[in-house]
Parts: sequence; structure tokens; C-alpha cells
Amino acid sequence: MTPLLKVENISKFYGRRIGCKDVNFDLYPGEVMGIVGESGSGKSTLLNCLAGHLNPEIGEVLFEMRDGAMRDTVTMSEPERRMLSRTDWAFVHQHARDGLRMNVSAGGNVGERLMAVGARHYGNIRENAIDWLGRVEISDTRVDDRPSQFSGGMQQRLQIARNLVTGPRLVFMDEPTGGLDVSVQARLLDLVRGLVREMGLSAIIVTHDLAVVRLLADRLMVMKDGHVVETGLTDQVLDDPQHAYTQLLVSSVLQV
Amino acid sequence: MIEIKNLSKTFTLHNQGGVIIPVMQGAELTVAPGKCVALTGASGAGKSTLMRMIYGNYLSAGGSILVGGVDVVTAEPREIMALRREVLGYVSQFLRVVPRVPTLDVVADPLLAVGVDSDTARDRARDLLARLNIPERLWSLSPTSFSGGEQQRVNIARGFAHTYPAMLLDEPTASLDAVNRETVLSLIEEAKAGGAAIIGIFHDEAARDRVCDREIDVSVYTPNVTKGAA
Amino acid sequence: MSDYNFAYLDEQTKRMIRRAILKGLAIPGYQVPFASREMPMPYGWGTGGVQVSAATLTPADTLKVIDQGADDTTNAVSIRKFFEKTAGVATTEETGAASIIQTRHRIPEEDLREDQILVYQVPIPEPLRFLEPSEIETRKMHSLEEYGLMHVKLYEDIAKHGAIATSYAYPVKVEGRYVMDPSPIPKFDNPKMEMAAIQLFGAGREQRIYALPPYCKVVSLDFEDFPFEASKADHACDMCGATDSYLDEVIMDDSGGRMFVCSDTDYCTGRRQAGHIGAQAAAASAALEETAV
Ligand SMILES: Nc1ncnc2c1ncn2[C@@H]1O[C@H](COP(=O)(O)OP(=O)(O)OP(=O)(O)O)[C@@H](O)[C@H]1O
Ligand SMILES: [Mg+2]
Ligand SMILES: [Zn+2]
Repeated sequence: MTPLLKVENISKFYGRRIGCKDVNFDLYPGEVMGIVGESGSGKSTLLNCLAGHLNPEIGEVLFEMRDGAMRDTVTMSEPERRMLSRTDWAFVHQHARDGLRMNVSAGGNVGERLMAVGARHYGNIRENAIDWLGRVEISDTRVDDRPSQFSGGMQQRLQIARNLVTGPRLVFMDEPTGGLDVSVQARLLDLVRGLVREMGLSAIIVTHDLAVVRLLADRLMVMKDGHVVETGLTDQVLDDPQHAYTQLLVSSVLQV
Repeated sequence: MIEIKNLSKTFTLHNQGGVIIPVMQGAELTVAPGKCVALTGASGAGKSTLMRMIYGNYLSAGGSILVGGVDVVTAEPREIMALRREVLGYVSQFLRVVPRVPTLDVVADPLLAVGVDSDTARDRARDLLARLNIPERLWSLSPTSFSGGEQQRVNIARGFAHTYPAMLLDEPTASLDAVNRETVLSLIEEAKAGGAAIIGIFHDEAARDRVCDREIDVSVYTPNVTKGAA
Repeated sequence: MSDYNFAYLDEQTKRMIRRAILKGLAIPGYQVPFASREMPMPYGWGTGGVQVSAATLTPADTLKVIDQGADDTTNAVSIRKFFEKTAGVATTEETGAASIIQTRHRIPEEDLREDQILVYQVPIPEPLRFLEPSEIETRKMHSLEEYGLMHVKLYEDIAKHGAIATSYAYPVKVEGRYVMDPSPIPKFDNPKMEMAAIQLFGAGREQRIYALPPYCKVVSLDFEDFPFEASKADHACDMCGATDSYLDEVIMDDSGGRMFVCSDTDYCTGRRQAGHIGAQAAAASAALEETAV
């Protein structure tokens, strides 16, 4: 098996400040990787470099295209990269308003990616949207409602449906359960886990919440001050942390 | 099937002045297919630690742990993930599940993970839950709200759902009544008969005598500090 | 006239606008930025169209100005007067006699010819603005041909109204490349945009010019199962009897009397002069005759 994503030496600076530095890892098809670390440790910076939202100064992000070729998404042309983010990639934002069009109906939100890749049959688009709303447990009676009428948990589920409708292969999530209460979180996690397995997705999940990574992530990466301090199997890193910082984090002193 | 050589383990407590605690040294153990080896030794001797190292849950400091040809000590996370999915089962002392998932799915999950179709997987799950006397009305509920004993039986059902060639059992009969204990012991015997290499921790001596072919006293491998004190 | 440079704008500015127009014609449907000038009329009164007309007019031209099809509204009259005064050009209300027609919200019914130019006043040139407020993002979407969002707008229409309810400023795709806002003309006019005349679009406040060369391919966006329809009121003109023209509904009196008349006043007048007569006009003249007898 070959990796879906090969991250080599990624570094991003904000002026003289380090966003993230020397990050390396491979992600294989079907793998879910968690990234944890305290506020300001560079998690979101790294995720945005990987998803093409930020341009790292150094390094390569090699992604396996559908034809099997590994392409550096940092240096590929913008149209190609934007095409990837509409098809093979998905990005679930912490704040639904960053990931949804709040003035467009739920159906329109889900249908947008389909229309973006050329779907031109209203009936089919709508049917597909309703099917996906069902898969994220949103009733078809809500298809014409705007996301502003939805609860926080529903908005996150809608974001997921909107992202997964084109059958992406790699999902980026930035604090997908942030701001949701515990039972709503559990439901969302369960849903994400099911979809990951069912669709054979690979995912990279940034979170503060160690319980979230324990349930969702196969592998874990711990960041501090822009550097990766520890990586490994999720349960190994959490149960037998090697780095001083991870030990602190796990002993919950630093958990935010 | 399982072959452990010169295995060692230390814990470094960075946040307590960097104390290094050696907990295991020179551990050796081989388990052939169809055999069951019991880990014994006083509390704190390192039975659970060894088991966790074999499962890749704890990192080893040195030595090797071959399970089905994969060296857990040096394997990449995804190799260990594959090993856990297909080769190496583990019944821990506690059930850890995603909230909200029905018991039936919790038990069927390891089968789905290796690509068994959902009907077959659920049939097998039903069969195991029934054998372990989990009332059918509970199957559609999440086990998070179950009693300790019920959770332990769900955990066992889940652990035996897929036929692993190697298994780790951490006190599988603890807190079970006689009837359920009997069921678990027969599950272990069936697994052995099917060729599984098993390592177990049993405080229940009668159970140990019945299913284990050999015992290994782990305190032999406990480094001098502890040994001297004992 | 000697008080002004020809057509009000200085030569430098007209050259700059002409360059934008030529670029627009070279890239049909593409919005060309230009440095819009202050005009002696407020934005919203067609300053974009006026600047384009000013840069296009020559002393030999004959100008027609219409507002929603009519030559006699305040807006049309004042723009016409403006150019009579500043350029001294001939003006006309006859579509066929004009070489340049500045329009707000309509395309004349009469087919335009290769020697004519149609200048549109445009309020909001960006068709993607409805869903994407960021100018940087919409420019990127145009350059990368990411037009899925346009269909989201139409999708929303159907979801809400059961049909594409957009009836003005109905978006089109030009030469298979740029999605363009045709200005707030009724969608009835959309098919006419594939015409012999040059079409120029000017947005003053937004400082954009775009253009369609003659016989350019202009396709109205739609769905396979909800195809585009150039609809109009299902009625004939009450004045001239035309069944092929875009109609305005006119309320006649307080008791709810109403009639449908051609929004293109020149077209309606021409037809009546040629002897065509609509239902209400016929009734009115019959009544007149009766009183005369
Ligand atoms: N736009 C920016 N300009 C300057 N510095 C930034 C910017 N974004 C992040 N940083 C800095 O880069 C470092 C990494 O920030 P980042 O947002 O990636 O952290 P994070 O791990 O995602 O934090 P959180 O858990 O709060 O979301 C921090 O020192 C932060 O202050
Ligand atoms: Mg962040
Ligand atoms: Zn008429």
C-alpha cells in the first residue's frame, strides 16, 4: 500500500514567528490521524498548510491523485488545487458559518459541490442532497431550511454532508466538535466514525479534546510551539506518553 | 506465533524530576499456536505492562516482540493497526466504546473491520451475546449504561467475535458468575482448539489450571530494584 | 457645445474607456475595470452607460436613449438632452434610425443591425455577487471558471418557488466561457443578445465595462429538467395587437382596469402607424365613433 498523503518538512512562519516547523508524516488510505496540542501550538496552521489554505515557506505536501501519481499540492497550480478541494478533499470547519453558506438552504449547501463539478439536473441534485441529509440524520423536511435555523450540532452535520457528497478521499477537520455539548458531540463522533469506515476515508482531525482523538483517531501527533513533539498510535501516545509535554497534556494539566 | 526476546521497559517521569523507572528486563516468552500461557507474579510485577507492550499500547525500551512475524517493538503504527485488526485480539479489563453505539454493533465491529459482511457479523454478535447471557432487550442500547459485569461480558463478546490467531486476555473471568465464567472458559478452549496462541492473566487459579498449558512468573523479569525489595 | 469637449469627456478619458471597450470585445463577457469619471448626474442614473456612449459617439452618429423601452421617461430624456448639448449629435426615437442606442433594462424588439451599437446601463455587473460578497473571490471564480455557485442561485429559486423565479438580470454564459450579468433586462430579452449589433455594458459606480461582439454565443443558464424559458405576459398588446413583444401591465383607473402594452414604445407606435390595432385601442375607437355619430 502507498500513502495517500506524504508530508515532507513543512514549515510555515508568520514573519519571524513559527507557525509550524519541520513537520513530516505519511497518511495511508483509511487512516485517521489526530493532531493535538495547546492553543497556539500550530495545529490549525499545519492543517491549513495541508489543505492548501496557507502556503508553507518550506516543504512538500504530496497527494496521491486519482491516476496514482503523487503531486505536490503546494506547488501545483491554483485551479488544480481548488479542483482538489471541491472533489477529493473535504474541510470541516470548527465554526459552521465558515463552512456553510448561511443564506442558502440546506439542500443548496449540499448540492453546491455537485453543481461545482457539473451536475445540471435539479431533480437528481435534490435527491442526492436529501439522501445525504438522511445520512447525517437531518430530516428531509428540513431540506429547504437555511442553516441559520439549525442547532449547532445540525450545522456541523450539514457541513459534513456538504463536504462528503462528492465522495472525497481525504477529510480535514478543525475542531469539529468544538462548542457542542457532550451528547451532541458523541452523536457527531459516532457519525463521523461510521462514515470514515463506510467510505474508506482518510482523515486528519485537529482537536483540543483527547477523548475525541481516542475515539476517532488511529494515530496521534502532539504539537507544541509549532513543533511535533511526539507521534504514534493514539492509545500508545495517550497511555504511555514519552515526551514531557505529552505527559503533562495527558495528566490533564494542559487540557483546555 | 508469539515470540518475545530480551524485552525491556522503562518509564521516564519527566514531570517528576525525570525519574526513570525500569519495570522490565530480559523478558523471554514463546507461545505456539493452540497453546495458552498464563502470566503470574505479584501485583506490580508487570503482567499488565507486558501484555500492553505486546499489544503495542506501551512502547518497549528494547528487545523484540514477534507476533505473526511482525515485530511490535519496531513496527509502524499502521502495521500495528493491521496486526490488531487481523491477528492480535485483546480483551482488556475495561470496555471502551464510542457513546451511543448499540451493543450489537460494538460486538460486530471487529468483524466489520476485517470486511465481514454486516449480516454475518451481526449474526455472530447475536450468538455471542446470547451465549454470554446479555438480555436481548439490551442489544440495541449502548453498553455505556450497563452494569460492570454486563460491560465485561460485552467486552468479551467483542474480543471473541473475530477469530484471531493470537489473543491477550486480561482477567477475562473476573467479576463473572459461575455460568458466565463457564462460557468464557469454553470460548477460550474453542479458540485454542482453533489454533489461537493465547496469553492470559487469571487471578482465578482454577480457571488458569483448566485453560493454561504453562505459567510464566513475570517477576523473574522485574529489574533488581523491585526484586531486591521483595 | 464649445463649452465642452465633444461628448463631455476629455480625449484622454475617452481613449481609456475605448481601450476598456476593445478589451471587453476581445474577451466577450469579461468585466474590464476602468477608471469611472464623475459625471454631471448621480450614480444610478446610468453614468456607466453614459461614459461608454460618450467614448463611442462620433459627430455623425444618431443617438436613441430608452429607459425600460420608453424614449420619453425623465431618465431617457435627460441623457438624450445631455448628448444633444455636449456632442451635438442627432437624436431619434426610431430604433431603425439610430446608430447608437443607450438602454436601461430593455433590448428593442426590432432586430438590430451590424451597423448599430447597443449600450447598456448596468447597476451591478457581478453575477456572482448574490452569493459571494468578496470581490477577490469572485474574480478568482471567473478566472478559474468556477461557476457552480450560479447554479446554486437557480437551485434556490426552484426549491423556493417550484421554478426558476429569476425574471430579470438572468445570468448567461458567453461563448462557453464567462458567466455574465446581462443587466436587469427581462429574461424575455435574453435570446435577443445573440444579435448582429455590438453590445457594450457600462457600470459606473462599480467601474466595470464588458461587451458582446456581434453574433456572440450567449446561453442562459438552466437545469436539464428546468430549461430556460424566455417568458412574457401571456397576452397581446392592447394597443397594437403584437403577440411577440415584451409587455408592461398598465393600471388604467382606480377600479382596477388595466391593459397590456408593448414596453418598447417605438415598436408599438410603428405597428400602430402600419395599421395594426389591439383590443382596447379598437374598443376605444369604436366608442369614439359611436359618440361622433
Ligand atoms: N495569522 C497569524 N499571524 C501571526 N501569528 C499567528 C497567526 N496564526 C497563528 N499564529 C501563531 O502561530 C502559532 C500557531 O498557531 P495556530 O493557530 O496554528 O495554533 P493552534 O494549535 O491551532 O491553536 P488553537 O488550539 O488555539 O486553535 C501561535 O504562536 C500563533 O500565535
Ligand atoms: Mg486551531
Ligand atoms: Zn404594442
